[in-house]
Amino acid sequence: MAVRDIVLYPDERLKAECAPVEVFDEALAELARDLEDTRQVGPGAVGIAAPQIGVLQRVCIVDCSTTRKPTPNNGHLVLVNPEVLEWEGLVSGREGCLSIPDYTGNVVRAEKVRVRSQTVVGETFEIESEGFEARAIQHEIDHLDGILFLDRLVSRRTDLFRRKVYQKGGKKRPAESKKTG
Amino acid sequence: MSDKPDWKMLTLVGEDRPGIVSRVTNKLFEVGANLGEASMMRLGANFTIMMMVDYAGDGEQLQRLVAPVADDLGLRVHVDAVAAHLHRHVEPDCMITVYGADQAGIVARVTGALAEAGLNILELESDVGGTEKRPLYVMSIQGVASEGMEPLQAALDGLAELDVDVSLRPVETLRG
Ligand SMILES: [Zn+2]
Repeated sequence: MAVRDIVLYPDERLKAECAPVEVFDEALAELARDLEDTRQVGPGAVGIAAPQIGVLQRVCIVDCSTTRKPTPNNGHLVLVNPEVLEWEGLVSGREGCLSIPDYTGNVVRAEKVRVRSQTVVGETFEIESEGFEARAIQHEIDHLDGILFLDRLVSRRTDLFRRKVYQKGGKKRPAESKKTG
Repeated sequence: MSDKPDWKMLTLVGEDRPGIVSRVTNKLFEVGANLGEASMMRLGANFTIMMMVDYAGDGEQLQRLVAPVADDLGLRVHVDAVAAHLHRHVEPDCMITVYGADQAGIVARVTGALAEAGLNILELESDVGGTEKRPLYVMSIQGVASEGMEPLQAALDGLAELDVDVSLRPVETLRG
């Protein structure tokens, strides 16, 4: 168990483009364990990326399997060299960051993503993700590119109307068609 | 910055014109005041500023210092000493959007019903679009549903006769 210190803004390591992982050794496995231990103590964190503990490698963790409100998820994900292959839809949502305490803001993200990644032992896999988990994956991959959610803030006034709209009298209206990218 | 912030709430209102924000905030910087959280926006061709200002002197002093710039810009100034704190954000857990033809009492009816159902409003923005003959009223609220979402939805369902479109959605803040 090794809980590492969270790198807090402003710190240039949060703005760095991280290097791809090329060696899948015990040190990498330990990095993944440290990331997970550190995520666990972060209040309600569904993800964490290596630069947030000062390691500039393309490794992050996403776990939306234990959120207060259940949401579709792929379980506990350790993502090594992850990349978004395809995305669809845009949706606005509120985000905060372990590295930026006491500030949250609205960010537009793809609603669905297909991601290719490697495991800690170097096996390649692909997943499809949507909603809250897709948002978390995009937030963490952004960290690997040195991008913070602050770089993507949108104002409430430009927020997108959501699909689920209650019509006059409270009846639910069928979903409107989604924008696609 | 002084060790212990001494917060004042500074309010300025006047006809909108270019340069208000920069001239006011420059003046505050010159006199050694620090800014905290602020809301600045144009409302009905006026410009409005509500701003937390950390200033070591008293409110009257601050008002006197800002007065020349405010007079020049045609702004009314008001200063209140307040008990305020930074780093005490409260996260919203729901958002309500209301829109419809402008109609007297929408804000009162909607917020009244929501308050009874346990909503604490953190932020409310309302605007009027459309034309003079056919106005469009839009309101968006962010708040904390202290008794959960169900009572809020029931409260909104009870407003059917208002003839407005209402949506309630949870706000789940991602942290990562
Ligand atoms: Zn983050």
